[in-house]
Amino acid sequence: MEQVKKQTEDYNQPDARGHFGPYGGLFVAETLMGPLKELREAYEHYFQDKTFLDELDSELQHYVGRPSPLYYARRWSETLGGARIYLKREDLNHTGAHKVNNTVGQALLAKRMGKTRIIAETGAGQHGVASATVAARLGLECVVYMGEEDIQRQAMNVYRMKLLGASVVPVTSGSRTLKDALNEAMRDWVTNVDNTFYIIGTVAGPHPYPAMVRDFQAVIGREAREQILQYEGRLPDALIACVGGGSNAIGLFYPFIGDASVKLYGVEAAGYGLDTDHHAAPLCAGKPGVLHGNRTYLMEDSHGQIIPTHSISAGLDYPGVGPEHAWLKDSGRASYVAINDDEALQGFHDLTRIEGILPALESSHALAYATKLAPTMGKDEIIIVNLSGRGDKDIHTVADHEGITL
Amino acid sequence: MSRIAACFERCRGAGRKVLIPYITAGDPDPAVTVPLMHAMVKAGADIIELGVPFSDPMAEGPVIQKAMERALAHAVTLDDVLEMVRRFRQGDPDTPVVLMGYLNPVEIKGYADFAHSAAAAGVDGVLLVDMPPEEADDLLVELRKHELDMIFLVAPTTGTERIKSITAAGSGFIYYVSLKGVTGAGHLDIEGVKKRVTGIHELTALPVGVGFGIKDADSASAIASVADAVVVGSALVKRVEANAPSAEAINQAVSSLLAEMRQAMDAA
Repeated sequence: MEQVKKQTEDYNQPDARGHFGPYGGLFVAETLMGPLKELREAYEHYFQDKTFLDELDSELQHYVGRPSPLYYARRWSETLGGARIYLKREDLNHTGAHKVNNTVGQALLAKRMGKTRIIAETGAGQHGVASATVAARLGLECVVYMGEEDIQRQAMNVYRMKLLGASVVPVTSGSRTLKDALNEAMRDWVTNVDNTFYIIGTVAGPHPYPAMVRDFQAVIGREAREQILQYEGRLPDALIACVGGGSNAIGLFYPFIGDASVKLYGVEAAGYGLDTDHHAAPLCAGKPGVLHGNRTYLMEDSHGQIIPTHSISAGLDYPGVGPEHAWLKDSGRASYVAINDDEALQGFHDLTRIEGILPALESSHALAYATKLAPTMGKDEIIIVNLSGRGDKDIHTVADHEGITL
Repeated sequence: MSRIAACFERCRGAGRKVLIPYITAGDPDPAVTVPLMHAMVKAGADIIELGVPFSDPMAEGPVIQKAMERALAHAVTLDDVLEMVRRFRQGDPDTPVVLMGYLNPVEIKGYADFAHSAAAAGVDGVLLVDMPPEEADDLLVELRKHELDMIFLVAPTTGTERIKSITAAGSGFIYYVSLKGVTGAGHLDIEGVKKRVTGIHELTALPVGVGFGIKDADSASAIASVADAVVVGSALVKRVEANAPSAEAINQAVSSLLAEMRQAMDAA
């Protein structure tokens, strides 16, 4: 406890150049250094600007539907027979996931900066949909880069983006998934820096993205903290959130980092298992390196090439992770664990059948870890799980997995 | 004096602009690379830029992306690339070699090991696209121990103050990126490039090479009239792709384009 206290009392990450300890930073081609400086200045300015923050709050309340409920999952908690589990209902946001908290914020920033065109990368399509949504709302042109593989897996989200007026560009390079979509979005940005704002969907990328996306997502943790104090009169004992890039996890964790008594658990995707080569758990089974503008834990081979990842959940299928998570891991403030595909599916079914809530497969990883942790805790203890998105998008994947044709 | 500095000095004395071809090491297969390097020198190359394959080359256009994928299909590693340079050096003690690539393979090898191994192999300079000077202090210490040059990029978006810090950290030459975009893209604005190169010259004694978007003899000659060096990449890599798998056809196709560029640059 003393150690945790020390780590959290003066938590003030990142430093002025975007470093979280040895992680983070700014590793991009020279052409982007100027635009990133411009973005950093805008972010620093508008996060102090009352008019901007008021507009953001208003959008979050009236357009996104915040605050999202903190729901006590009584039946599920009693079934598990341990800690009381609360769910932070990000699945009830407009567009069905936490992603929109960030896209609303970045799009408002884009407008302030006079950018007329936004670009985004997407894996499962949730961030793409959230970006296309705010682009429609604000009258901005929107181009979404998506791996060819993912386009085939997520036809419904592709069509949603098109309905919203976005162009969806298939990415055919590399492994044709999320990491390649990010590469391609960077290539677009480098070419169109003058009028284009790149909305990164997670707490990765070059400074200031990891800090800025965290600050937009921290509304999750601020609300949850206030809600649990109101309902229970005390702080929770543990927080659990899934970690792909890590934006919903940081969003929940960040306002609690200074509360030494609150344990933080990030849940990575173990895919077919950490002992196979088919997973997406860089914090649990990877090592540090540099990709997509920041130094962080990566899935890479011994020669520094990024290796293919696997998770049943497209949103966790990414070889890197936000640099702040890398720092929270090394400092010991947060713990990172992994849940495999089958365990996540079980979590998906459990919540659906016991609480009548269909969770996203990403969030199901966090739920599955709660089913392990809760029974080891007392009935007077409290867990908050971030239910980061709803599972409607995943029903085809689940049906396929179970050999059912819809 | 480093081989790179000596090369620029020699060329300046001879009234010759420096021609720097880029190929991706191991493309389309590892056996092609060393003979192709020698062929390029014969065709008029002054410095060779050798691309180190990386799985996620964010600054490359489709041509060089595919070249890296072809090389990675043969599992070409940074160590393999260093071995190619070592073999090249056995037949060519003079032509400088610059490794161009991305940070992560170097990061994994370790800066000290990399600098030592690169120097031992006969590498002269290193250009890491995603390593700006702000993050490069530790690597620079190791490279300087072995008198390796670190070549940094200057872009159309780089302001004057930044150019000063980049030229202070870099050595060998400054690589001016002629356009906003990825390798192999767009059209050249010669007057715009001229203005920028003149601006950089006012801030540093380092020579300035220009790359991105140089496709043929005309554009090479136009750039040579405003810069100290011409870097050509995608146009050559396209010829590698078109003539694969024949090593002989590749050597011939690459050499003939380089020879045309050389001739046009010398005639200007």
